[in-house]
Amino acid sequence: MSNNTSPRVGLFATCLVDLMRPVVGFAAVKLLEDAGCIVDVPVAQTCCGQPAYNAGDTSDTIDIARQVITSFENYDYIVVPSGSCGGMLKHHYIELFEGDSEWAPRAQAFADKTHELLSFLDDIMKVSLTGLKLDATVAYHDSCSGLRELEIKKQPRALLNAVDGLNLVEGTEAETCCGFGGLFCVKYPDISEKMVDAKVDDIVATGADTLVAGDLGCLMNIAGRLQRRNIDIKVRHTAEILANMTHGPAIGDPMDDA
Amino acid sequence: MSGRDAILGKIKSNLDRPNDLESKQAIQNRLQAHQKNLIPQRGELNQDQRIALFCQEASRVNASIVELMHFDEIPAAVSEYLRTHQLPAKVKIAPHKDIASLDWDVNTSLMIEEGRGAGDDGVSVSMAFGGVAETGTLVMTSGPETPTSLNFLPLDHIVVVRAHEIAGNYEAIWERIRDVQTKRGCEGTVPRTVNWITGPSRTADIEQTLLLGAHGPQRLHILVISEATT
Amino acid sequence: MQSTSPNFTQNAKDALQDDPLQAALAKLTDGFPIQRLEAAARLPEFEDLRDEARDIKTHVLENLDLYLEAYEKKVVESGGHVHWCQTAEDARETILKICQNANAKTVTKSKSMISEEIAVNDFLEENGIEPVETDLGEYIIQLRDEPPSHIIAPAIHLSKEQVADTFRDAHTDLEKDRPLDEPRALLEEARAKLRTKFLSADVGLTGANMLIAETGTNVLVTNEGNADLTNNLPRVHIVIASIEKIVPTLEDATTILRVLARSATGQDISVYTTFCTGPRQLNDLDGPEEYHVVLLDNGRTDMIGSEFHEMLRCIRCGACLNHCPVYKSVGGHAYGWVYSGPMGAVLIPNLIGMEEAQHLPHASTLCGKCESVCPMRIPLPKMLRRWRERQFKAELGSTRARWALKSWVWLVKRPRIYRLAMNMSVAILGQIGFRGRFKSLPFAKGWTSKRDLAAPTGDTFLSQYHNGARGDQSGELIRRGGRK
Repeated sequence: MSNNTSPRVGLFATCLVDLMRPVVGFAAVKLLEDAGCIVDVPVAQTCCGQPAYNAGDTSDTIDIARQVITSFENYDYIVVPSGSCGGMLKHHYIELFEGDSEWAPRAQAFADKTHELLSFLDDIMKVSLTGLKLDATVAYHDSCSGLRELEIKKQPRALLNAVDGLNLVEGTEAETCCGFGGLFCVKYPDISEKMVDAKVDDIVATGADTLVAGDLGCLMNIAGRLQRRNIDIKVRHTAEILANMTHGPAIGDPMDDA
Repeated sequence: MSGRDAILGKIKSNLDRPNDLESKQAIQNRLQAHQKNLIPQRGELNQDQRIALFCQEASRVNASIVELMHFDEIPAAVSEYLRTHQLPAKVKIAPHKDIASLDWDVNTSLMIEEGRGAGDDGVSVSMAFGGVAETGTLVMTSGPETPTSLNFLPLDHIVVVRAHEIAGNYEAIWERIRDVQTKRGCEGTVPRTVNWITGPSRTADIEQTLLLGAHGPQRLHILVISEATT
Repeated sequence: MQSTSPNFTQNAKDALQDDPLQAALAKLTDGFPIQRLEAAARLPEFEDLRDEARDIKTHVLENLDLYLEAYEKKVVESGGHVHWCQTAEDARETILKICQNANAKTVTKSKSMISEEIAVNDFLEENGIEPVETDLGEYIIQLRDEPPSHIIAPAIHLSKEQVADTFRDAHTDLEKDRPLDEPRALLEEARAKLRTKFLSADVGLTGANMLIAETGTNVLVTNEGNADLTNNLPRVHIVIASIEKIVPTLEDATTILRVLARSATGQDISVYTTFCTGPRQLNDLDGPEEYHVVLLDNGRTDMIGSEFHEMLRCIRCGACLNHCPVYKSVGGHAYGWVYSGPMGAVLIPNLIGMEEAQHLPHASTLCGKCESVCPMRIPLPKMLRRWRERQFKAELGSTRARWALKSWVWLVKRPRIYRLAMNMSVAILGQIGFRGRFKSLPFAKGWTSKRDLAAPTGDTFLSQYHNGARGDQSGELIRRGGRK
């Protein structure tokens, strides 16, 4: 598959995928390799620093950003299976280093080759997926950062439409925040509950049996609320479906002890 | 230090502009040039299309419109309006030469009073400075012949506008206002009040229910006159 | 006005339990945002006009002192007076003095956020002058002694039954059996009451949507026409406006008007857009004899050149409120002061202090919807982060949360130790979370109080990957606890 022209991709798995849902990482690797990339998963990765950034801890965020840039800047591309971590790497790192003559250009160069997974596959690698089949009615949730910071809207839908048997349905509030917001959901659980309930109601109204999105934070929030309300809708990361890795349990479901 | 000096001084020091004199001149130039910004294509039409768009937009916001050929058809059109809405035959008209000079006796039972608006006025007839097709907006300017209170106190407001004074966009009206002021020897000024009126008064403050006639007129009736009088 | 912003959490809880409020907020969701979209769709130039509107205000702010001077000159030339006020107190005193000089007993008012900001109503009342709000929504909340819950729809939180009760309490001459069941009946009652006020008022106090430097004009935008009766009928017209309301020319004001109503209510233009300049002119039959502009700073000059500079572009359209999922959940009163929603969360700490308003910048998921609809393209999420940054530096907020964040940061900065810690965490969580998720976890109560928490599905991705696993295509997933 690989040759001299194959792009070398550093996969930034994100802390949530690393910790909570490895299958998304595997799916990302598979999709990237199928697209002709040489994939590397640097061990020196932890988190993009977004929790610190959104908490106002800028100086620590800068340290973390330097660490990420240093570990990844030598790849042809840096790919992230998350819109919000993608937005952090692609936009907010640049803000952090405004006016820093050494780091601003490095952050910019790093940002230029950083992409969210699905937009990378569609916009850059222009992949067309074949041979996929899944009988499911799928609603897609546009995660806020992916949608508004990275303009990810068409790409995941285009890729999902290539799956045979998959019926993609649209919620009227697909673009509305699910109420996760990082620390927001634990700081203001009542407001967050109201928001995620609105999201869940909207998903239910579509008649979908599966919800997908490109951000594990949103997915865990929505899955957790669906399960708390005993609503049987499977929740998965888009990459799991596109990589045909849906044999394991959906988010929050028990594993079969087969 | 006065409040004025304190406020201006603080702005100046926080802005830290490189060259004050140059900026001052640039601003004077900008104010004098009053250049047009982007104007939507929507109103860029020939006169017939412009009037059609004006009528369409005005009715979209609940105004009613009648097109007349001549000014002297106005009294009959007003009587007709009163009959349709079963209103008392009493009208407050603007002391405007083109309106006050009309033969209001066509309908002998019609009581006509001239002047500014009063709290108990039911129906008024006033003269627009012009119209804007872009949004179906009437432009009213205050003056000795066109008291502003007539536009707001009555429950029914009838407005006369000349077809050829309906412009495509607001900017064309500003140009005309500037020209008129200059001709009056008041260059660089505007009338005390300029009203853009787009449909009758409304509110949605109670349970977001749209209701017409909040404080101003409940009905806005527009008479578009084709004839170009002096 | 005394803020309740420090009680944001409790305010929000109360709001979530308030059924009429929730019904109103749900209706708002279906209304303004959809109408805004439709209005934007009808105007192909809408996005370009937003850019121009932003650029106009950016230019003004860069030269605000010069534009204020130019504006003042024109107001004076047209026969008006300009009063410069640094503080809310200065502004209240100035307004009172003008009213006293006019021997005013009654002051009619059209809706002005600045007048809310300086709480002029209570002050006038204390000094024996009756202030009467004339915007229907403002009138209702004035009778109830409440602050507005939305910039452009101040009484949006009330049901018609609540309004009816309010009128029955306040209008003592109202016959007991007069039906007030329908909005129309309520409107007619208010219209009749306010009509007498309009006609008898000595002073009309309005805000200003914009101040035009070219001509010394103030712009007033309403749908009811109340601002017009307020500025036209009394002997004295007072305009209260904050200093950043300036725009250069009539054309510039026009450009901003093209985005204002579309962003606010989804109307192409509001019913009444009014341009007032000075007192009545020679031979005019109506209009005020005196015209005063009270220019208020109240903390804004501190924002000039700061990281909140761009907030001064705000034209108070309310689009960020209408589209904010947090605002739509809790409404305006939860924010605890005059403003609310994303613009309030940025502005309020500037005006009443960061400590008092410390909740507000955190009460956002930073979802970015507000910025995407702001006609002036104000980067609201970025500014909310700036407040969080300032708070973090000042060590505001819970020390526990701070400690937790610091420990986590310590780990994140040490990848090898981080690996060990994560591997341990998944091992533990994996063992106790064998049902796939947690119904409750003692250290994640904020999360599990409202939703289940998915359990880790196995070893960390990195450790599995570097042990050679490739997911269920090239070998099965390494299961929880490292068992294959």
